[in-house]
Amino acid sequence: MTLNLRTPAVGPTIALVVAVVVFSVTTSTFLELDNLSLVVEQSLVVGTMALGQTLIILTAGIDLANAANTVLATLLMAKLVVGGAPSWLALLAGLAVAAFIGGVTGGLVTRVKLPPFIVTLGLLTILTAVSRIYTGQSVPVTDPLLSWLGTRRYLFGGIEVTYGMTVAVIMYVVLWYALTRTSWGKHVYAVGNEPEAARLSGINVRRTVLSVYLIAGLIYGIAAWQALGRVPNADPNAYQTGNLDSITAVVLGGTSLFGGRGSVLGTLVGALIVTVLRSGLTQAGIDDLYQNVATGVLVIAAVALDRFSRGRQR
Amino acid sequence: MNEPILQARGLVKRYGKVTAIDGADFDLLPGEVLAVVGDNGAGKSSLIKALSGAVVPDEGEIRVDGQPVHFRGPLDARRAGIETVYQDLALAPAQDIASNLFLGREKRLPGWRGSVLRALDAKAMRAQAQQVLDELGINIKSILQPVETLSGGQRQAVAVARAAAFGTKVVIMDEPTAALGVAESAKVLELIAKIRDRGLPVVLISHNMPHVFEIADRVHVHRLGRRAAVVKPADSTMNEVVGLLTGALRMGEDGVVEEVRHAVTTGLGEHRKSAE
Repeated sequence: MTLNLRTPAVGPTIALVVAVVVFSVTTSTFLELDNLSLVVEQSLVVGTMALGQTLIILTAGIDLANAANTVLATLLMAKLVVGGAPSWLALLAGLAVAAFIGGVTGGLVTRVKLPPFIVTLGLLTILTAVSRIYTGQSVPVTDPLLSWLGTRRYLFGGIEVTYGMTVAVIMYVVLWYALTRTSWGKHVYAVGNEPEAARLSGINVRRTVLSVYLIAGLIYGIAAWQALGRVPNADPNAYQTGNLDSITAVVLGGTSLFGGRGSVLGTLVGALIVTVLRSGLTQAGIDDLYQNVATGVLVIAAVALDRFSRGRQR
Repeated sequence: MNEPILQARGLVKRYGKVTAIDGADFDLLPGEVLAVVGDNGAGKSSLIKALSGAVVPDEGEIRVDGQPVHFRGPLDARRAGIETVYQDLALAPAQDIASNLFLGREKRLPGWRGSVLRALDAKAMRAQAQQVLDELGINIKSILQPVETLSGGQRQAVAVARAAAFGTKVVIMDEPTAALGVAESAKVLELIAKIRDRGLPVVLISHNMPHVFEIADRVHVHRLGRRAAVVKPADSTMNEVVGLLTGALRMGEDGVVEEVRHAVTTGLGEHRKSAE
């Protein structure tokens, strides 16, 4: 296989390497193993939400409600356990509800034929409100199963790796495989690229899109489990920028917002770019607000690049 | 007499008060290129959609190899061996040629990797795609090129190759040369001839009379929702076909083309006499 800039994820990987090198040189602390494992840890929840986001964006959709879905799932899991339910039941309930919300989104997009932007904008408002109605304040939870992904860890090349990290990597690999090596993946790309062509080729467009939203919902549920592993406290106000952060990761990873082009490996790199940038800028003593400016500039630049590279091909 | 491969009798399709197909007949013989011509609104695209399963007729019968069939969708027609090349080609531009050829009918690996892991047999699909392109003499740098990097004619060729690769009975092409330049059109016509020479009959919908006369063995003239005439390019003229499809001429029971009385005088009748 030849590597060129048009191959998905090559551009973002170069950007990531450049960022890491720059911060390693300009700060004394960035390259320390503790910091590196913290960078990875910090990418975890948003990185997982970005995985679901990637699937949806590949079908030319967008999900503004993914973080709200994740937050609601954390609250549900925590409240159930605090209320005395067995932890496995709480976990399953959280995953099921997150998948169900994904299914509802998919149903509204495929059956009622509403634009994903509008559906998920409405869901964002609804889910955020439901979370706050459900519980006014955050719910601390100390349950071995719910925090399992964050508390269990092993050493990998000197870096502490949590089970949550491992699960995220496995999900990325499985979805990479499904998208590039199975019919389902080819159909997801075709549906996002040219839905009419997909239909005429005998692909069940509705079922394909619905499956994407269902799987994305399940992924958001797993993100909720990871979130409880990182912080044993379900907070209705957490991850308020998770939706935009995940879109940022997807876009930086080279996936086109127009659908049909991109890869989950790009998203993985994109999620790392965002965290590396923030961590590095923090250690260089640069204020939060300027970090936001930098991230925003990066997103616009990435989309502009996508636009231009597609323009050249026409 | 050859038994028709694809045949329709008395097809009717109404949309509210509009009758798009009004008792149409259709016959496609083995090994021929049959052109379907008709004025805009004559209902030829509705007829073709009925034959390719995209439209379900209200009345009438379709037979494939003499057996009655009932297509409820394009997939049914495809399963019966009828492949259609749509005017907008139905290709996914971001995907490569091999993926497009197999879009919607990908091949899985044999064994557990295919059945359990659902893994695609990319190698076999690429090899088969390359073979089809070679057989049809379609020159493309790499089978892994995204379709969007191809010219209009090459895209048309890919869509035609897909139909030829999977069609076992009939290939239907909707205006394949409409968007192409002279040189590219000539290549597509060559391609149609190659497909016919491989034994696969082709239904060609076209507005372009010179193309029709160059490639077709017979011409089905569609007018007012039904078949007005079938002529052979070998023993008729383009003016005659134009006359038939506009209604200036008609074909009698005996197969003789005559001028329609009381119609606006066209001069086509005299023209024909003087030509003889």
